[in-house]
Amino acid sequence: MPSFTKALNSQVGRKIMTGITGIGLMLFLVGHLVGNLSIFGEENAFNLYTHTLESLGPLLYVIEAALAFFFLYHAILGISIWRQRKKARPEGYNTYKTKGGPSHQTLASKSMIISGAIILIFLVLHIWHFKFGPTYMTTIDGTQMRDLKKLVIEEFNKPLVSLSYIAVLAITILHLSHGAWSAFTSLGMKHGETSKKVQVGAYIFAIVLMLGFISIPLYILVSGSV
Amino acid sequence: MSKEMTIHLKYWKQNGPNDRGHFEEYTLDSVNEHMSFLEMLDVLNEELILADKEPVEFDYDCREGICGSCNLVINGQAHGPKERVAACQLHMRNYKDGDHITIEPPRAASFPVIKDLVVDRSAFDRIIEAGGYVSIKTGSATEANSILIQKEKADEAFDYATCIGCGACVAACPNASASLFTGAKIAHLNKLPQGEIERSNRVVAMVDQMKEEGFGDCSNFAECEAVCPVGISISAIAEMRKDYMKAVMSGD
Repeated sequence: MPSFTKALNSQVGRKIMTGITGIGLMLFLVGHLVGNLSIFGEENAFNLYTHTLESLGPLLYVIEAALAFFFLYHAILGISIWRQRKKARPEGYNTYKTKGGPSHQTLASKSMIISGAIILIFLVLHIWHFKFGPTYMTTIDGTQMRDLKKLVIEEFNKPLVSLSYIAVLAITILHLSHGAWSAFTSLGMKHGETSKKVQVGAYIFAIVLMLGFISIPLYILVSGSV
Repeated sequence: MSKEMTIHLKYWKQNGPNDRGHFEEYTLDSVNEHMSFLEMLDVLNEELILADKEPVEFDYDCREGICGSCNLVINGQAHGPKERVAACQLHMRNYKDGDHITIEPPRAASFPVIKDLVVDRSAFDRIIEAGGYVSIKTGSATEANSILIQKEKADEAFDYATCIGCGACVAACPNASASLFTGAKIAHLNKLPQGEIERSNRVVAMVDQMKEEGFGDCSNFAECEAVCPVGISISAIAEMRKDYMKAVMSGD
């Protein structure tokens, strides 16, 4: 039998890990969105939520490390699969056309490496932008804490910032509309009726999730505040 | 009356694996609509030979969709535009007078060009050698019905066993992955009690060999299923993944 490392590096193992990390990242996005939407809640909800996260202390570092691992592993596998494709087909076709039918070759599936790369660059900028951005302070119920809400409102009032966020989030719809189906296929889902429902589910998931994220910069850009 | 058509061909010429290769063009003036695609190429070669030119090499054997020898990529689609049809059974009535047709070999590093449209698919043979076999009792033949198999299982195994090894899956896959071929070959044996003995070794050995041969990874494009002349579903790949996970988890 193969060692665990060899199994992870096999073409089956690589795809299974892409699926598992992908599902993990999707779950993270759901949590991230639920937290973000508290910005539309009562006045201090968002700052109390971010303060609770920051108060987790060492646990937060563990979560952050796990997230970074998932993102990096997913990205490294994606890049590696894309590089292998160049090796496996050094000379491309003069003419190439999908046959349609059961094929899942779509704009989304064909551009996973590009949408993925954009998301990865965005991720770095996004963390730098908010987590390591200017630190405003506020006092709620006698506790001093970071006023992240002020920073979010300030930043999304800049059209360039909010429009870039909206653009990247729209691209993420593409990545997820294939990824959310593909992850389950990588984990052994057969190509039958269930698969068709999962594909529809993936489209709905991608659109609903991203519209949720988009609502924040869009609302702030249009109305100036929350 | 059958229709005669003019067809403008553009086909790949390559003098061996190390030659760069190039396209050549030729116009056929009287293509009968009832000709198969390969018969049309026969006519092309007759005309080329009569004109003292070198004919274009292409692979074929049975010409009835069984052997898997033909593997042309026609206008960018493996086996041409029709679903569940091998190039040998594609007929010229699917084309119109004046159509332009580009013919290329499957393009994959693991399928080196022998000449023109003929590629070396022995990488597939080596994947089979790695584990695509079953252990049987030799000597006098056993009673055929001594091992009973549930009808649905037998049907499913047969669906995967219909793979003719043409390589269209590799040709059409944007990653040049051999996962559909390998998955089908694994699944058709692993579904049956006869395949049980080597079950775990088979899936691991064949998946390893597939990587060894330099094929690409599967990205779930499912284009392979669309071009497969016998309609093998990417469920074969799901079976391969599940069996691989089971083999790793069970540790045997």
